[in-house]
Amino acid sequence: MRVASFWPVSAVLFVGVTAATFFVNEYYVVAGYMVLQGLIMATAWNILGGFTGYVNFGSAGFFALGAYTSVVLYTAIDPPLWVVIPAAAIVCGLLGLGAGYLTLRLRGVYFAIATLALAIVLETLMVNWDYVGGATGAFIITPDVPLFASYNAFLFVIMLALAIGSVGLARYLNHSRIGRGLTAIRDDEVAAECAGVPTLRLKLISTTIMGAMMGIAGSLYPYFVTFVEPLSAFNLIVAVNAIAMPMIGGTSSWIGPVIGALLLGSVQEWTKVNISSELNLLIVGVLLVGFVALAPRGILGLAQDFRARLRGPQKKEQGDDEPAAA
Amino acid sequence: MFSIDLLSNALVAGLLLGGFYAAVALGLSIVFGQLDIVNIAHPAFVILGSYVVYMTNSALGWDPVLAGVLFTPLFFALGVVVYRIYYSGFERTGRESLAGLAFFFGIMFILEVTIILIYGVDYRLVDAAYIGQTLRFGIIDLPYRMLVPFLTAMAMTAGIALYLSRTFTGRAILAVSQDRLALELMGANPIRIKSLAFGIGLATAAIAGALLIIIGPVEPSFGRVYIGRVFAIVILGGMGSIKGTLLAALLIGVSESMVQTFVGPSWADAVAFSVLLLTLVLRPQGLFGRL
Amino acid sequence: MLRIRVTRMRAWVLTGVLAISLAAVAAYPSSAGASSHPIKIGFSMTLTGGLAGNGKAALLAMEIWREDINKKGGILGRPVEFVYYDDATNPANVPGIYTKLLNVDKVDLVVSSYGTNLIAPAMPIIMKKKLVFMTLFGLAVNDRFNYDRYFQIMPSGPEPKRDWSRGFFQLAMAQSPKPATIALLATDSEFSKNAVAGARDNALDAGLKVVYDETFKPGTADFSPIVRAMQATKPDLVYVGCYPPEAAGIVRAANEIGLEAKMFGGGMVGLQYAALLTSLGPQLNGMVNYDFWAPESTLNFPGINEFLKKYQAKAAEAGVDPLGHYLPPYAYAYLEILAQAVEAVGSLDDHGKLAEHIHKTTFNTVVGPVSFADNGEWAKSRVLMVQFQNIKDGNIEQFHKPGKRVVLYPDEVKSGEFIYPYANAR
Repeated sequence: MRVASFWPVSAVLFVGVTAATFFVNEYYVVAGYMVLQGLIMATAWNILGGFTGYVNFGSAGFFALGAYTSVVLYTAIDPPLWVVIPAAAIVCGLLGLGAGYLTLRLRGVYFAIATLALAIVLETLMVNWDYVGGATGAFIITPDVPLFASYNAFLFVIMLALAIGSVGLARYLNHSRIGRGLTAIRDDEVAAECAGVPTLRLKLISTTIMGAMMGIAGSLYPYFVTFVEPLSAFNLIVAVNAIAMPMIGGTSSWIGPVIGALLLGSVQEWTKVNISSELNLLIVGVLLVGFVALAPRGILGLAQDFRARLRGPQKKEQGDDEPAAA
Repeated sequence: MFSIDLLSNALVAGLLLGGFYAAVALGLSIVFGQLDIVNIAHPAFVILGSYVVYMTNSALGWDPVLAGVLFTPLFFALGVVVYRIYYSGFERTGRESLAGLAFFFGIMFILEVTIILIYGVDYRLVDAAYIGQTLRFGIIDLPYRMLVPFLTAMAMTAGIALYLSRTFTGRAILAVSQDRLALELMGANPIRIKSLAFGIGLATAAIAGALLIIIGPVEPSFGRVYIGRVFAIVILGGMGSIKGTLLAALLIGVSESMVQTFVGPSWADAVAFSVLLLTLVLRPQGLFGRL
Repeated sequence: MLRIRVTRMRAWVLTGVLAISLAAVAAYPSSAGASSHPIKIGFSMTLTGGLAGNGKAALLAMEIWREDINKKGGILGRPVEFVYYDDATNPANVPGIYTKLLNVDKVDLVVSSYGTNLIAPAMPIIMKKKLVFMTLFGLAVNDRFNYDRYFQIMPSGPEPKRDWSRGFFQLAMAQSPKPATIALLATDSEFSKNAVAGARDNALDAGLKVVYDETFKPGTADFSPIVRAMQATKPDLVYVGCYPPEAAGIVRAANEIGLEAKMFGGGMVGLQYAALLTSLGPQLNGMVNYDFWAPESTLNFPGINEFLKKYQAKAAEAGVDPLGHYLPPYAYAYLEILAQAVEAVGSLDDHGKLAEHIHKTTFNTVVGPVSFADNGEWAKSRVLMVQFQNIKDGNIEQFHKPGKRVVLYPDEVKSGEFIYPYANAR
C-alpha cells in the first residue's frame, strides 16, 4: 500500500462497512466485533513484540484492566463511551509505561515472564476489589442507541474506527524514525544503544502505546458481554490470540498482525459455530506451532518469498530481510 | 488467632507444599536454567503426567507414585523428541527467543486440548490407601497426602542433584550452558547432552504429575495455574541451581501457607508472583544466584 | 538453490498443516439437519472449558427430552430440533452465538447456557427481541435486568442469594444449645461468593457471630493451612461455598486435621457428583450440604426414574457424571416447561402470552411441581439440605439408593433424621 493511500482507503472502508451494518445480518456484525477486538490486540502486541522484540505474555492483563476501567467508571458515574475509551487508554498506557521501566532490568525471557506475573497480580487485585464486583462480577446494563441497528452494531462501528486508528498508528511507527529505532533495538539492543539510539525512550513509547491500545480493546468488552468477572476478563485466549495472530501474519510489519487477525479471527468465528471449540483451540495451537516452526516470518514472509521467486532467484538475497514492502 | 500450634503447622504445611513445588519446578530448572530453553509448556507436561498416572491408577489400580516412576522413560523419550524438533526448528537457526516461546506456547495448547479430547474436562482423582490418613506428632499434623509427595520430591531432587554433580554426563549438562566450546573439546556432543538434559527435565514431569494428582483433583487446564509459580521458583532459585530451586520452592510454599493462615487465603496466589516481580526487578540473578 | 528448495519444502509442509486443519473442520458434522417444518430450539452450552462437565451432562439430558417429546409427536404436532453451539465457558462467545441463533438460524425458541456468566451476556439480545428466556442455573441474574419473560429453573427461590442457605441455618438454629459462631469460606468465583454472601446475611439475622470470613483462589493445592486457621477460631458452624476441586481438597483437609465444628458443609458444588462421592466416600459422613435432588422416597416425582435410567445408560458414553442427580433433571425440566407452555398457548409467536402463561401456571415436571415468582425464580425455594450418612466405602452403587444423602430440609420433603453435632455422624 502506498504511503498516501492508507487514510483515504481506510476512510472509504470505514464508511462502507458502517453502512453495511444496517443491511447485513446482525450476526456478522457481532462476529466482526470479535475479529476487530483481536485485530487491535494483535496490532498492539506487535508494536512491542514484533517491532521491538519484547514478548508480552500478559496481554490479557492489559485487556482486562481496560475492561475494569470501564466497570469502575460505569459503577461510579456511567459516563458516555467517549470518556470511557480514553480513560482506559490512559490507565493501561500508564501500566504499559510501568512495564516499559521493567525493560531496564529485564531482557528477553525475563520480561516475558514478568508480564505474565503482572497479569496474575492484576487479576488477584480485581478478585479482591469489591467495588468492581470482585469475584462475584459486575453487571453493565447497556442503553438503547438511536441511529444504529443495535447496540452491538454501535459497538462494532466504534471498534472499527479504533481498529483503523490503531493500525494507522502502528503503520506510522513502522515507517517512522521511531520504527527504525525499535528495529535496531530488536536486532541488537546493546549495539543500538552504542549507536546513539535512545533505547529507553523508544521502549517506553512502544510499551505505553501497546498498553493503551490493549486497554482500548478491553474498554468496550463490558458493554459487549454486559457481565464482567475476573475469570473471563483475564481469559488466556485473549493473550494467546494476541501472540498467535501476529506470528501467523508476520511480525516484521504493521500489516502482518492485520492479516493474521483477519484470518485467524475469522477462522475462529467460523469454527465456533461450525465445530467444537476443543478443535478450535487445537487449530490455534497447531497453526501457531506450524507457522513458527516452518514459516517464521508468517504469511507475509511466504508472500515475499513467493514474490521474490517470481522476480527470479538473483534478486532474492536482498529482498529477504527487508521488513515490509512499503 | 495467632498461636504456636497454628504457626508450627503452617510452617510444616508450607514445607510439605514447597517440597511438592520443587518437584514441579525441578524439570524446568534444568531445561530453563541450564539449557536456556523457555519451556512454558512444562506445567502442561506435568498435567499429562497426572493423566497417565490417573489412567493406570483407575484402570489397573497402580500406586500413583509407582506409576509416575514407571512412566519416566516414556517422558524421557518424549523430551528427546521435543528437543530435537526444537533444535532443528529454532536453536540451530538462532531464532529461539521469540519463535521458541511461541512454539512452546502452542505445544501447551496442543497438550491441553489433546487431554480434553481424550478425557474430557472433568476433574480426576486417584485412589491410594494412604490418601486421607494423617501422621500426628504432638501438635503437628502430617497428612500422608502431602507427606508422600514431599518425600518423593525430596528423593527425586536429591537424585538429580547427585546425578548432575557426580557423573560425567551430569557435569556435561552443567557445562553445556556455560562453555559449549570447552564441552566440545572434551569430546562431548552438545546436542546429545542437551537432548539428554531435556529428556530428564520432562521425565521429572511424570513424577511431578503423579504427586499433583495425589494432592488433589486435576483437570486439563490446571497447568496454567502453575506456569507463573514454577518460573517464580526457578528464577528465585537462581536459574538452574538445584539447591537454589529447592530452597526457593520451600520459601514460596512456606510464604503461601503463612499468608493463607495469617493474612487471608485469597492473597496467597499473589505471593509467588509478587516475589517473582520483585526478584526480577531488584535481583534478577535470584536469591541463590549462580550468576 | 538449496535455499529455494528448503523454502519450497516449508511451503509444502505448511500447506499440509493447513489442509489437515481444514479437513478436520470439514469432517465435523454440522448440527442441524432438515425435517418437515420442525420447531427449532436454539441455545449455547458450556461444552468445553471450565463448566463443560455440567454442560455436557445438561446437553445429554436435553437430547433425551428431545427424543421423548418427538416420540410423543413433538410440540404442536411439529417435531423438535436443536440448534446449539459451544460457548467454551467464555462469556465473550455468547453474544455472537445468540445473535446467530436468532438472525441466521432463525430458531423459534431459545433457552440459556449453563451458569450466571453465560446467561447474562445473552440477556440484552433476548430482551431486545422480547422473547421468553428459560435459563439454567443462574444466580440472581434477573435482579439487574428485571425482565418479565425470564424464568430460571434452579430451585433457589424468590430471594436466590438468601434462600440458597436458609435451610442450613434453620437446621442449625433448631439445635440446643444453639450454635453461637460461624466460619465462612468461599472460592473466589461468582457462584460461591454469592452463596456465601447470602449465608453471611442469614447468619447475622440468626444472631450468629462470624469468626472467620475468607476467600481463596481456585487452584489452591493444599487446604490444610486454611482449614487449620479456620479451626483456630473455634466456630460452631462452618459454611463453605466452593467448586468441585476445592470441595475435594477441603473435605480431605477437614478430615486429616479433624475439624471440630458442629455442622460443616453448606454450598459446596461437587458433592452431588459421582466422582467426588466415590473418591471421598466415608469422609463425607456427617456433612450437611445443599443438593437439588437425591434418590429419597420424598423426591420420587413421576418420570424422574425413567429419565435417570435413560440418562445413566448413556452417561458413560457421553463421558459425564454417571449419577446425573444434580443438573440433568433440571435441564430436562426447563424444556418440559417451555413445551408445556407452548402447547397450552397454542402458538410460538406470542411470547407475551407465553410468559403470562408460565407466570400463572404450576408445571408438573420430572423435578416435581414448578411455579414461578414475579422475578422468574421458583415461587418457593427448594434448595435441599442433605446430610451424608452411613457411607461405608467408595462404591458407586450405594448412591443410587436412598439413605446416603438424607434430606433434612425443607420439611415437606424431609426423609430422615438430622444427626447433630457433626462428630456424631462421622
